[in-house]
Amino acid sequence: MFTATIHNRLTGWWMVFRIALEERLAYRGDFALGTLMRFLPMITQIFLWWAIFQSIEASSATSESRLVGYSFQDMVAYYLLSMLGRAFSSMPGLASTVAKQIREGEIKKYIVQPIDMVGFMLLGRVAHKIAYYTIATIPFALVFFLCRGFFSGWPPASVLIGFLLSLIFAFLLGYFLDLCIGLIGFWFLEVSSLLFVYMLLNFFLSGHMFPLDLLPEPWHTCVEYLPFKYLAYFPAAVFLGKVDPSQLWFELGIEFLWLLGLIGLARLLYARGLERYSGYGG
Amino acid sequence: MSEFDPSQDTTHQRPGYLSVLAIFGRNSLVRDMMFRTNFLLEAVSGLSWALMNVGFYWIIFEHTTSIGEATGWGKYEFFVFLGTTWIINSIMQTFFMPNLEEFSELIRTGGLDFAMLKPIDTQFLISLRKIHFSSLANLVLGVVLLVLSLNQLAQRSEHPWHIDWIVLVLYAIYVLCGVAILYSLMICLAATSVWLGRNQTLYDFWFYITNFSRYPMEIYATGRGLPLLFVFTFIVPVLVVINVPARLLAQPLTPRAWWEWPLVGFTLIATVAALGVSRWVFQKALLSYRSASS
Repeated sequence: MFTATIHNRLTGWWMVFRIALEERLAYRGDFALGTLMRFLPMITQIFLWWAIFQSIEASSATSESRLVGYSFQDMVAYYLLSMLGRAFSSMPGLASTVAKQIREGEIKKYIVQPIDMVGFMLLGRVAHKIAYYTIATIPFALVFFLCRGFFSGWPPASVLIGFLLSLIFAFLLGYFLDLCIGLIGFWFLEVSSLLFVYMLLNFFLSGHMFPLDLLPEPWHTCVEYLPFKYLAYFPAAVFLGKVDPSQLWFELGIEFLWLLGLIGLARLLYARGLERYSGYGG
Repeated sequence: MSEFDPSQDTTHQRPGYLSVLAIFGRNSLVRDMMFRTNFLLEAVSGLSWALMNVGFYWIIFEHTTSIGEATGWGKYEFFVFLGTTWIINSIMQTFFMPNLEEFSELIRTGGLDFAMLKPIDTQFLISLRKIHFSSLANLVLGVVLLVLSLNQLAQRSEHPWHIDWIVLVLYAIYVLCGVAILYSLMICLAATSVWLGRNQTLYDFWFYITNFSRYPMEIYATGRGLPLLFVFTFIVPVLVVINVPARLLAQPLTPRAWWEWPLVGFTLIATVAALGVSRWVFQKALLSYRSASS
């Protein structure tokens, strides 16, 4: 009896996963091109930082200039790696979809069907990301290959494991953060402006715009205590060896605690939200 | 309205473009004022994006004194550049962006038929139908940033900035040239949707091309950047859009490097050429338009 339920449940999950995967693979050509185009702004970033490093070099006596510990090569490598981090942690349209489903009453389907919304949407996102990587790997690999000169080789295996783990955590953290923002829709029906502000803050505080080490105090310490840095800055910093190996596992532990906290928060918001939910729409 | 009654004096059949523009403006404002909170939120979100950009460059200038060696783009000179970026972008977003975004939709649904039947230039009609007033918030912010930075530059040790009417007039002219060049590029991209049916990625493309214009052109003046510098100055002249007016305003009128005045002259030619080419492309596109539906 018990094994039968487990089996049913697994086939159910597998079905959800496959549907989402096929949905995503429908427009692959457009998608690969879009991913490649997303690297275009990198070109201007490279030139911008090159110019900045030129002027720092001119004003300092040393031959190889560094900016808060980053050489020019590190800086470019950082931007490339942070894009990789974002490829894991960004959840395009998740919060707005959740808010819309609440507003339009579509969320009822999770109440009447024996499906858990939080888990269902997580699987959908996993499928979405896997579909994304199967195609995006090609443009990503191409860009990283072309830019291999900016990297000073592979980090040691332990760091590499930490890096991979930080990417997986970044995915989960990104999912639960966006989900929580979307679930606020139970309390405020129109959240689009809130979403925009959140998106901006996320872009800035996650380190997608620049390495967070550049922030002056006290801002740097503030950002250190927020979960956003795990979405883009932290994986990149791990790969570049900016995180001390003795600190690495400790930091990952803190990230894991953030993750547990956000899972709890999402569950709480969902449960409380359903209590006051009145099911508008047909 | 008897004014537009065709049985009346024939001179009244041709509406004045300015009065039509005023009507478009009034309609858009009425629509915006119906949803005031939304209007305010749109303005605020535009502003917060711009302020974040200042934050980014503020942080960069904590670590360096200029962008590029001996380019003259120090902190406040660069903020003049940034202010110019917003002024030009907000003009684009207020007047043209929302309309041309809709253009491909007009083609797909066949709505372009109605635009072509109207007794007014089609390009004018589809370019200015809606005016997105909330984007003007960034124009205000751009001007504020300009004033604040120029005030700082007035204390510059070498060639302190002072009010010079020639510079201000030139600045205004070249801001308009910049807008004209970007508008031409946009019209060309929008016109391609006649041939391609629907092209959402082309608007991403617009974003990526104009992305090159948002930085001082000196950063490309090195080895591998030279092809980019050439292409985006002489073929798709987006690099002169912000660089020329910003440099005119931020740097003293004299002395100037040898390439600066020729570039200023070139910008005028580029503006005229861009407008001409885009008009031609647009007319071509209309000729190959086959109405959808009906």
